Amino acid sequence: MSFLEVKNIDVFYGDVQVIFDLSLEVIEGEVVSIIGGNGAGKSTLLKTISGLMNPARGEILFEDAFIQSTPPEEIVEHGIIQVPEGRRLFTLMSVKDNLIIGAYNSRAEKKVDTTMEDVYSLLPKLRERESQLAMTLSGGEQQMVAIGRGLMARPKLLMLDEPSLGLAPILIKDIFQTVRKIADQGTTVLLVEQDVKHSLSLSDRGYVLEHGRIAMEGPADELLNDPHIKTAYLGL
Amino acid sequence: MIYILEDAINGVLMGSIYGLTALGLTLIFGVLKVINFAHGSLLMVGMYAAYWAIILTGVHPYVALIVVAPVMYLFGYYLQDIVIKPIFKAEKDVREPITVIIVTTGVWYILDNLTLLIFGPTYRNIQDNPLRGKMLEIGEMFISVPKLWGFVTAVITAAAIFWFLQKTRMGRAIRATSLDREAASLMGINQFKVYNVAFGIGTATAGIAAVTLVPFYNIFPTVGVLFDIKGFIIVVLGGLGSIGGAILGGIIIGLIESIAPQFMTATWTEAIVYGLFLVVLFVKPSGLFGVKYDW
Repeated sequence: MSFLEVKNIDVFYGDVQVIFDLSLEVIEGEVVSIIGGNGAGKSTLLKTISGLMNPARGEILFEDAFIQSTPPEEIVEHGIIQVPEGRRLFTLMSVKDNLIIGAYNSRAEKKVDTTMEDVYSLLPKLRERESQLAMTLSGGEQQMVAIGRGLMARPKLLMLDEPSLGLAPILIKDIFQTVRKIADQGTTVLLVEQDVKHSLSLSDRGYVLEHGRIAMEGPADELLNDPHIKTAYLGL
Repeated sequence: MIYILEDAINGVLMGSIYGLTALGLTLIFGVLKVINFAHGSLLMVGMYAAYWAIILTGVHPYVALIVVAPVMYLFGYYLQDIVIKPIFKAEKDVREPITVIIVTTGVWYILDNLTLLIFGPTYRNIQDNPLRGKMLEIGEMFISVPKLWGFVTAVITAAAIFWFLQKTRMGRAIRATSLDREAASLMGINQFKVYNVAFGIGTATAGIAAVTLVPFYNIFPTVGVLFDIKGFIIVVLGGLGSIGGAILGGIIIGLIESIAPQFMTATWTEAIVYGLFLVVLFVKPSGLFGVKYDW
């Protein structure tokens, strides 16, 4: 059984095509990075997998079910959870309510309390902040809430869209360590990042997205040592 | 002096009922980001439903709540599901879809005219009910009993809705959707289901408000229009989307309407109400109790 399989998708914003005949695969238990510059189509790809956008052509399979035209709230029930770019917390709700909302789907809802304990032990800062409104938190804490909220849904596949965006370097390190811990606990992770060095070094495999097409793919350590990646993304 | 106090008390009581009529409007706006122009008409439908329930069974007016509130909930739920949802889907990328507002205006005209067609333009009232004209005597003051019942109902309803939004699964889903639709759908929340429920609750509160009004108010096909305009002012005054703000906004209007006539011609009170409305819009557009950011 294949886990996540994206086959030859084309995605448009109105008349503008953003993704061209793109295929990729994620195997259960892996950490996969999708890297690329601004406007390469990384976020669009995640939005298409999570159902916020629909491909004009092509198929997306998750655990052998076609999901390319399934609405986002049903894709969540399948176990694909997206932590959106820019965090998108429910700003006027408490941290705790944000986490509870994360467990809205029917699989996660029955286990809210145990999942919340797991999330709190992974991200102990959140317990201290649980009664604060989400908007009063710092950027790094907000990102932690966003990740915690994603975990509350008990994801089979956790998709993170630029978790390091807008954070100080020291916090970025924290975030990536957390992502690594999540993966070590057995959750499959699909990571979209501009921070190529950090994301590839914690991943098993990577895809390089350029102008809506897969430009390169391969094991993460090979990509890290690739001369094209070194010059174009790492500035070496 | 005692008269002013008496007027103030009665003003607060009537104002809380105004607030109750606006509660559904503010809730629906908070979630759907759409001004529901049919809200007054829904109140009118609720008043007719309450009227017939009371006339045909002869029960105490407030017993009609048992029927009117659930019936109005279902009416609102399916009105949103069948009539409004398709328009939302067609305009799903727009944050404040104008066409939905036009549709609710259409619903307003259809409901008002259907009622006119079926029940005629007659002013109806329930002469024979235990609350009508009842007064509570405190010293030299006379307090209207049906309005006192309305006040208690308004406070209980507002508190119940507040509790529901804070503490229940659906309540959290409603708040999440009102704050960020797209993020809510990434949590597995079906936004259209939430819209249906919010519209249902909003309509049910209009039904509750209708029950508080029928013991002392006339019932006629265009009665909703009076409360529509008041409702908009109350909601803007209190802050769009704010539950407590709606009740307090209503009380402010009620106080102005009851106290101002002591000092001037009664028709001038309207000018004060609209003047205050404009001042609030100029000085604090988010309303007296609204949140600056969003709901």
